Amino acid sequence: MFQNAVMSEIPEVIKQIPLINYVLLATMLFIIGIVGVLIRRNAIIVFMSIELMLNAVNVLLIAFSAYRSDPHGQVFVFFIMAVAAAEVAVGLAIIVMIYRNIRTIDISLLDKLRG
Amino acid sequence: MSILTLIPLFPLIGFLINGLGFRKIPKSLVAPIGIGASLLSFIAVVIVYLNFKENPHVIVEQVFDWFVVGDFKVSLSFQLDQLSIIMLFIITGVGTLIHLYSAGYMSHDEGYGKFFAYLNLFLFAMLLLVMGSNYLVMFIGWEGVGLCSYLLIGFWNKNPDYGNAARKAFIMNRVGDLGFLIGIFLIIQNFGTLEYLEVFEKAKSFESGSGIIVAITVFLFVGAMGKSAQIPLFTWLPDAMAGPTPVSALIHAATMVTSGIYMIVRSNVLFTLAPATLEFVAWIGLATALLGATIGLFQNDIKKVLAYSTVSQLGYMFLGLGVMAYTSGFFHVITHAFFKALLFLGAGSVIHAMSNEQDIRRMGGLWSKIKITAITFLIGTIAISGIPPFAGFFSKDEIFAHVYTHSKMMWALALLGSFMTAFYMFRLFFLTFTGSFRGTDDQEHHLHESPSSMTIPLIVLALLSIVGGFIGFPEVFHLPHSLATFLEPVYEGSKAVLPTFGEVHLDHNTEWLLMGVSVAVAAAAILLAYSIYGRGKGIPAEDSEIGGLKNVVYQKYYIDEIYTAIFIKPVLALSSFLGNIFDTKILDGLVDGVGKLVNWLSKYVRRIQTGSIAFYLFLMTFCIVLILAFNLYPFLMEAAAKPEIQIPGK
Repeated sequence: MFQNAVMSEIPEVIKQIPLINYVLLATMLFIIGIVGVLIRRNAIIVFMSIELMLNAVNVLLIAFSAYRSDPHGQVFVFFIMAVAAAEVAVGLAIIVMIYRNIRTIDISLLDKLRG
Repeated sequence: MSILTLIPLFPLIGFLINGLGFRKIPKSLVAPIGIGASLLSFIAVVIVYLNFKENPHVIVEQVFDWFVVGDFKVSLSFQLDQLSIIMLFIITGVGTLIHLYSAGYMSHDEGYGKFFAYLNLFLFAMLLLVMGSNYLVMFIGWEGVGLCSYLLIGFWNKNPDYGNAARKAFIMNRVGDLGFLIGIFLIIQNFGTLEYLEVFEKAKSFESGSGIIVAITVFLFVGAMGKSAQIPLFTWLPDAMAGPTPVSALIHAATMVTSGIYMIVRSNVLFTLAPATLEFVAWIGLATALLGATIGLFQNDIKKVLAYSTVSQLGYMFLGLGVMAYTSGFFHVITHAFFKALLFLGAGSVIHAMSNEQDIRRMGGLWSKIKITAITFLIGTIAISGIPPFAGFFSKDEIFAHVYTHSKMMWALALLGSFMTAFYMFRLFFLTFTGSFRGTDDQEHHLHESPSSMTIPLIVLALLSIVGGFIGFPEVFHLPHSLATFLEPVYEGSKAVLPTFGEVHLDHNTEWLLMGVSVAVAAAAILLAYSIYGRGKGIPAEDSEIGGLKNVVYQKYYIDEIYTAIFIKPVLALSSFLGNIFDTKILDGLVDGVGKLVNWLSKYVRRIQTGSIAFYLFLMTFCIVLILAFNLYPFLMEAAAKPEIQIPGK
């Protein structure tokens, strides 16, 4: 897919910012997400960090899509956003249920499955 | 359905009626059904023979295809030729007489119906064995007769000793059967077919003494060793005397035990191609003949004497086969079927008269009490001793003549065996029928001649034992050897592979001399037996008083004990080791060990499951990074090495 890329078709406006910047941005977002997931104990913050990682991927997809002049990536991102919205609803509902049960959303307290 | 198919079908129907209707069929109907099945079969054989005589060609009749695998096809089919006709006559003829005899002998037994059912089943299996046109059908019959032998030896199954004897026979036969089976496999592998005619045709292209033929024949002979009670698989036959006497006569003297000889004569082409195997057969036969005869010298059980005599006579048949005198060996099968069946039935009649006494030390003086039995028994005894013109003389003399041309030493040893045969048979006769009665008063009171259903078979068999030898006169008599002429087509294959086959030239003087010597030896043995045991003298000592070398022979050279020590004990020790130590300690330990190991490991491994989500996530991330790094490593290295690979957009 990448080999067939035709550079001339990329609009001039987009070419002004090199692709590597997008990649670096996405990487940073992703790392922030990972770190957030790993070190935070609040379930909502963890959840947000996951969303951050998801969106880092979205940024990558869109950037590559634009630079390749290939709409597949953008279509993909729309699907991801739709699914993520549904997933957020489910995730938040779970968190609400956790809160109702143990009156906290501190994930370090959720260790009932300890072996 | 032709008459050929009917021959084995009648006994099968008889078996089904008597076997399934056991307990329901009235006793008066059992014997007519059983005897009738056998008799109809005999009549069918006669009709088949008359047809065959008009048009003497080998008939192969296919009943149905058994199975087809690729090019390999086995069908249930029957072959009728000179060899199978003679066997058919022996089986159905002697079989019918013994069925008739059983009607009287077994009349007081509660298992009357069962007995006739088994006898019919035996006839069916035996007929399959000799009629089959391929080795597999022969093998069905071979196993079938083994099964019937087992069932009938252990017929009085309430006695555990009889059950053990039955099992012994079955297991020993199984050893032989394995050899036979391997022989069959080798035939399939090398000939691609099991049909006699095709195998023997293809065998002609093999060289004499080629390894594969020797292997096939040796394995086939191992099968024959088991079924025909040759060294080292002979010890089951004397024990098989636990069965009812008609069974001993039919299965363990006249028919089943000769199936090994039938098989070798049937496969004569293969054996002619393997002179090494034949030599082996001859020596095994000779050794068995001598061993059986020596043990027979001192036995005191009337049936045991006859049993060892059977072992010994079977040895002579194999000796005959081994020196390529197939006709002579088979001739002895025929005459032996007559006189040995007669002797066993006579012994049965004696036992019947003596209220189930089998020990000849308790008999004596029965000559005048049971005249018909005594006279017929005497005829049988003379016939087996080889006194002309009785049947045994002709067949035995023919074997001896062939053995003489093969090897003088073998002939001398065989003659020694013949001397012993005549001696122990007349010892048996004198001890049983002459002198004074040595049994209890009660037994003397009950002494009676057997009913006519038992004496008629005796008389018929006695007549056959007298004239049976006339089918094969020695050459010097200038009378036709009708058996040899009749059987000639059977050996076409052997003649094709060995041009000198069947040409034995003895000048007439030598032949007369050989005959004279063997008759003189037999007569000397009889005189010796008379001088020791005649007129109620020389009653054998009681078991506890027998000592020295004689005891070794009396105890059958302790062969059973040796087998127990060599084979049974180690097997028992091995099974006890496997059962008590290997199974409980090693196998159970292995199985339990796996469980324990998992248990022990999990005690530590479960600690990974901390329950902390953060830890799980960390581990997950860590592993993903690891996997990515592992997968991308070569790609990154390549990228670093080739700077011209541009990252797009830079």
